[in-house]
Formats: sequence, C-alpha cells, structure tokens
Amino acid sequence: MTAPAPTAPTEPTTAVHRVFVVRELGIALALLLLVAVTFATNTRFLSAQNVKDLLLGSTILAILAVGQAIVIITRNVDLSVGSILGLAAFATGTMLQSAPGLPIPVAIVVGMALGAACGAVNGGLIAAARVPALVVTLGTLYVFRGIDYTWATGRQINAADMPHGFLRMGNASILGVPVLALFAVVVLVAAGLFLRSYRSGRELYAIGSDPDAARLYGIPVGRRVFWAFVTSGALAGLAGVLHAARFGTIDANAGLGQELNVVAAVVVGGVAIFGGSGSVYGAALGAVLLTTIGSALPVLGINPFWQRAAVGALILAAIGLDRSLAVRMARRLRGGSDRGR
Amino acid sequence: MAVETPVREPASPPRPTARGLLGSWDLLVLVALVLVVIVGTLTIDGVGNPRFYRFVVLEAIPIALIALPMTLIVITGEIDLSVASTVGLTCSVMGQLWQSGLTSLPALIAISLLLGAVLGAVNGVFVTVFGLPSLAVTIGTLALYRGLAYVVLGDRAVADYPARWTRDMIAPIPGTVIPWFVLVVAVLAVLFGVLLHATPIGRGLYAIGNNAEASAYSGIAVMRTKFWLFVATGVVSALAGVFWTFRFASARADNADGLELSVVAAVLLGGVSIFGGRGGLLGVVAAVALLGTLRNALQLADVPANALTIVTGTLLIASVVGPNVVRMARGRLRRRPPEERTQP
Repeated sequence: MTAPAPTAPTEPTTAVHRVFVVRELGIALALLLLVAVTFATNTRFLSAQNVKDLLLGSTILAILAVGQAIVIITRNVDLSVGSILGLAAFATGTMLQSAPGLPIPVAIVVGMALGAACGAVNGGLIAAARVPALVVTLGTLYVFRGIDYTWATGRQINAADMPHGFLRMGNASILGVPVLALFAVVVLVAAGLFLRSYRSGRELYAIGSDPDAARLYGIPVGRRVFWAFVTSGALAGLAGVLHAARFGTIDANAGLGQELNVVAAVVVGGVAIFGGSGSVYGAALGAVLLTTIGSALPVLGINPFWQRAAVGALILAAIGLDRSLAVRMARRLRGGSDRGR
Repeated sequence: MAVETPVREPASPPRPTARGLLGSWDLLVLVALVLVVIVGTLTIDGVGNPRFYRFVVLEAIPIALIALPMTLIVITGEIDLSVASTVGLTCSVMGQLWQSGLTSLPALIAISLLLGAVLGAVNGVFVTVFGLPSLAVTIGTLALYRGLAYVVLGDRAVADYPARWTRDMIAPIPGTVIPWFVLVVAVLAVLFGVLLHATPIGRGLYAIGNNAEASAYSGIAVMRTKFWLFVATGVVSALAGVFWTFRFASARADNADGLELSVVAAVLLGGVSIFGGRGGLLGVVAAVALLGTLRNALQLADVPANALTIVTGTLLIASVVGPNVVRMARGRLRRRPPEERTQP
C-alpha cells in the first residue's frame, strides 16, 4: 500500500513494450495450456455447446473487468461494480416487465445510463471531495445494494415475465458465437483502442504512474478520473442488462460479491494494482481464464471445491510474476543497480 | 492503496492539525453513538431493554475483535482483506478435527490459533519478503483461504458440538446480561490500545504509515513490524472463528463470508486514514459499537435488514467526505484575507 511497485514509464520504450506483450502472451498461454490439457482429458470440453457456455460465462466478468481495468490504471479502484450490476439488472427486469414492447436497444441504453449515473456519483465524490476511491466505492457498494434491496423488497422477476425477444438475445448465437459475447468484444476493442491511441487514454496511464506529476504536466486529473468511473459504471450497467438477458430470473442479489472477482481478474490479467500499467486485453483474458478454471476443474476430475483456492493461488502467482518482471525491467532501464525495493 | 491523488497535507504543520482533527473525530463518533442510544431508547420499543445490548454485543464481537489488529495494519498503510476467509478456514478445520475425533476443547482452540498465525504469516511473507502490495496479496489469499475452507469441509456443516460449549461461549457475566466474551475483546482492546498509543512500537506504526522509507532510515524495522502485524491479525481472526463456530454451534465453509468489508468499514468510519499514519483505537471501537447499535435499533424499528446497508455506506462515505470538505473550507477561509488585501 505505501510504496508502489516501480511502475513503468509511460513512453513506449521498446523494453517496456516487450514486457507487456510478454505479460499478456503469458496469460494467453496459460489459458491455452489449461484448455489443451482439459481437452486432452475429455474432448467434449471443446464441444460447441461447452464453448458457448464458456464464452457466455466469461462475458459479464470480462465486461466488468474492462471497466475495472480503466479505473485501476488511474490508480483507483471501483468496488461498487457488483452492486451497480445488481441495480441495473433489476431496473432492466422491472422496466421490461411493465413495458414488454420496449425495443431492446432502449433497454440497453437505459441500463447503461443508470450505471453511468452510479459511476458519476463515485467519480464525483472522488474527484471533487478528493477522497480515496477504496473508501467511497466501499460505501457505495453498500448504498447501491441497499437501494436495490429496498426497491425489490424481496420480489423476484421471473423469466416468464420478460419479453421473449430479450431472453432470446441472451441465448442466441451468430456463427456459433453467443450474441452476448459480441457485446464484450465490442467493448473490449473500443476500450483497447481508446487506451492505446487516444491522448486522453494515454493520460490515464500518466495519472496512474504519478498523479502529482500528471497534474503538474497539465492533465485534468480530476476530470479524467471522473470519466473513468462513469465508464466503469456504464459498463457495469451494461453487464446488468446482459445478466438479465442471460438468466431471465433476477432478484436483488444479482452480482453480489462480484467486486473482488473482478479485481482478481484484472490483477491476474497483469494490470498493476497501483495503476500506470496493464491493458484491458489482459484484464479480459484474466476474466476468461478465471471462468475457464471453474469449468475445467470438474472435467479434470478435480473436486470443484478447489476452484476458489486455485483462483487465489493464481492471483498470488500473477502478482508475483508482475513484481519480478517490474524489478527486472527497472534494472534494465537503469542499466544495472536496483535493489528491488 | 489504490487511490486517487492522496490528499497531501501542507508540509509544515501536519501533526497538530491531523491530531486535532482526529481527537474531534473520535469524539464525534462517540457522540453519535450516545445519540443513537438515547434517541433509540426514547423512540423505539425494546432498545432500552438490556437484552437488546446482549444481541448487539454478540453480533459485534467478531467485527470488534478483527478490527483491533486491522486498525494497526491500516495505520501502517497496509490492509488485510483475507480476515473473513481466515475465520472461515478456521471454522472448517475445527469442524473437520471435531468430526475426526479431536474432542479436547483446549486442543481445538490452540490448533485454531496456530492455524491463524500461519495464515497471517503467509500474508506477511508475501507483503514483506516479496514486497507485493497487500491489497492484491490479501485479495488473493481471500480467495485461497476461502477455497481451502471449502476443500476441507465441502458444503457440509458440522453442528454436533456439545451444547454446553455454546452455552459457555455466550454465557453472560454473572449478574448482567452482557456475554463474558466481551471481556476478552476488552482485554485485547486495552493490549492493542497500549501498544499503539503508549509504546515506541506504536509511534513507529504511525511513522511507517506516514513515510515507510523515512522510518526505515530512522531505524524502525518496517518489514519485521508489518510481518508481525499480519501474524497478529491472523491469530485474532482465528479467535473470531472459534467464537463464531461455538456461538452458532455450526462450522461451515462459508462462515463469516463478506465480513472483511464490515471490518474495513468500521475501521475507516472510526477515523483511520486509508493512506495510513492517522487514526486511533478509541474511534474504531466506538465505530464498531455505533454500527452495531444502529443496525439493531433500526431492525427493531422495522427497517428492513437489507436496507440497513444504505446507512452503513452513507456513514462510511460521510466519514471521509466530511473531514475533507471541512478542511477544504478552512483552507479557503485561511487563504481569503491576503487575497482581499490585494484587491483595492
């Protein structure tokens, strides 16, 4: 918490670039290895149906992870995403229940707008009152979930109450790829392009590397951080809509406890918890990897109760790997002597 | 910590202002607690009843226990999110040992506390030896320890402990209705309080939280101190696990799921800065009592249990936004006179 790991300078030095490519390739390789081993054990692991289930299962976590990665890159964290997801899912359900004829795009936009509003509350408090994101979003985690509970008062929305078209979107595929996964791909590519090629995207990395320096340099730190939280909120809202479409049955508990899974996926994906480095591609890969572990363990004949323990071990391994990469890179950039702390 | 720009105090007089603000914060939480008790007693049927406080105390004990070492950890600028999973794993291991025939209560407790020490030491090694950020490490061990709890016990529940153990664990202090276990919490609170506020080690914790590098140069064993704090947190969490198991006469892998956020919320509401270096034990104990009393009182007032989270969250946000807004306003006031003078 106190001494941030030496973070990468933001200019795309080739050494820096190589390390991050290596980092994402590492997760991709781990994922491939896991899939290959599981496939060798049981070929049905890659049956069309199972691949579809895997993609569907990863979609929501991946979308949340993209939003979270954007926030964490700025040296913040958003713990309220699970609660925003729940709120947006319930809102979508209620809305479609009372107006079944509503076009699906409208439902999506409303869900995202609700999420963005929640994100604006987070971002506004953090940027204007200059209070730590961890505390504010822990607070709004409780507040948003409480609003969700108060609104739902124990009610549950069942699949039977939802319009067919909406539920069909949750299960439909185009060329074997679930429609919901396409949402995740669009979000991922858009966020990836923005962070890589746009000035304001690069500035997010600068803020995460050194907020004070970024401010001195003239970057509007508060405004950028505010929009990072709005984005994270909007994506959590989108995830809520997709949750409603996929499961059909919604109560006030949707997304409960998701926040730490999302942070875990982002960290496994190589985004430094103190900001300034990492990519949304890595975060999305992390989400896919965590989901795949869950469905691969039973196929491998391992007691599914090991799943959470495996995820924990993976997080520790990932941050250990990041640390050693960062130390090695710092040594190379400085041309030799770095004590590592 | 993962945070936006740390609020940097002006470099010259940080200590006096910070401490002044702090003292008043402790007081503010205490006043809020007294207000809740008074207003509750006057307006809500049952809050005046001593039995009400028995339930408040029983519910608050695990949070209060873990909040003690957590306060010290947060003051050094670290955090431990794995505490609730340590509780869960302790419960699971105790349940498994009991089922496999270990029926000696002292042995069960001793093994549990030892397990807690080991789990805390694992966190400590990752943070101090490998130099990894504690936020990420303990999110990892949160998943790992909870996962191991499921590996040990699966989805079974072990509930056939002697009824006497539960009776003894929640027995009241003779002549009162308050559970005796609160004395254990009180003794630990005094121990941690003295350690934090009256010893060089405690001063060292604040120094570490304010500037770890400077404290290392001034001769404080930063890494060793942090390591032992994580061990202490593990042991106390395991003690909370023992209490949890016997209070509910049930060992399950999902015991205390999500408790880490309640503990962190209480510590922060108690006035401890998430950046480290500021806060005190009195405020935290008062915050635990405030949250517990408020929750139970509102529950008696028929506020739906789940909606209570809004209160917790709002209090938490107010606890950080409030002081900052006051500080900003003061800063603006202080700056105004010279500005006005320059204008004709």
